[in-house]
Amino acid sequence: MKFGVVVFPGSNCDHDAYHLIKKVIQAEIEYIWHADNSLRLFDAIILPGGFSYGDYLRAGAVARFSPVMQEIVRFAKEGGKVIGICNGFQILLESGLLPGALIANDTLRFRCKPVHIKVINRDTDFTGKFRAGQVLTMPIAHYSGNYFADEETLAELEAENRIVFQYCTEDGEVVAEANPNGSCRNIAGILNREGNVLGMMPHPERAGEPILGSDDGLGIFESLIG
Amino acid sequence: MWIAKVVVTYKPGILDPEGKTIQNALTQLGFEDIENLETGKYFALQFGKKIDKQKAEELTRETCEKILHNPVIQKYSYELIEVKA
Repeated sequence: MKFGVVVFPGSNCDHDAYHLIKKVIQAEIEYIWHADNSLRLFDAIILPGGFSYGDYLRAGAVARFSPVMQEIVRFAKEGGKVIGICNGFQILLESGLLPGALIANDTLRFRCKPVHIKVINRDTDFTGKFRAGQVLTMPIAHYSGNYFADEETLAELEAENRIVFQYCTEDGEVVAEANPNGSCRNIAGILNREGNVLGMMPHPERAGEPILGSDDGLGIFESLIG
Repeated sequence: MWIAKVVVTYKPGILDPEGKTIQNALTQLGFEDIENLETGKYFALQFGKKIDKQKAEELTRETCEKILHNPVIQKYSYELIEVKA
């Protein structure tokens, strides 16, 4: 299993992801420069958090047109596994690989804190190591993390079991008080229809060692490795 | 020479946090008659001399559709004005 993590100008969680895969999980990983227009052989691609291209225009809007993203869209359409975290999620939405959009938090604040998310669908390539309904703790750090989609799309996501994670209380209750940013239906992470592309706002790559307060994020990458 | 003046705003019902914040400030300053305030982004696209009005309009729509606006949450409008080179 070989991972690739994309480095855009303004990415800042690329090193966290690299460290987690290389040192903690001890799997293969390489950086992929945003201007690369050929993807070497990878089994999974990580689109990291940060502020690609300064988040100018809209978060993820410019990154979407970078040379490497054209390749990643092709990789994803061929069934390659892609996980977009935070800014990476924003890029996946702008690319049309996932439906909906991320708008400003309803609190009008940058939210940076650990949150609880519930594993809604464990029958995916990204969540197989978790228990159904398991509550995970990992940090969020974003201003535009408020997931929005029209009612039709939301109903479709739910019916097709593509809502993978929802914000919840410590006890696993999915309620408005546990929603840190106003996301529709407490959505913290969603999957594409084919099941090979996951986008999520919380940071599993920053929750991979007990010294960081949680190692709940490991399960996502370990699930991918199988 | 043609210039397209493009304005991108949020669709109705989408949170416009900047607009809300400015409106609250205006209310505090006594401008109570302003019931709603909407923010947006402005882009001016200047076309080369060889581009006629029809082509300019086509290119404006294409850029708006491709990158300048996100149809999930935003809408756009534009006007084309002719300027002397």
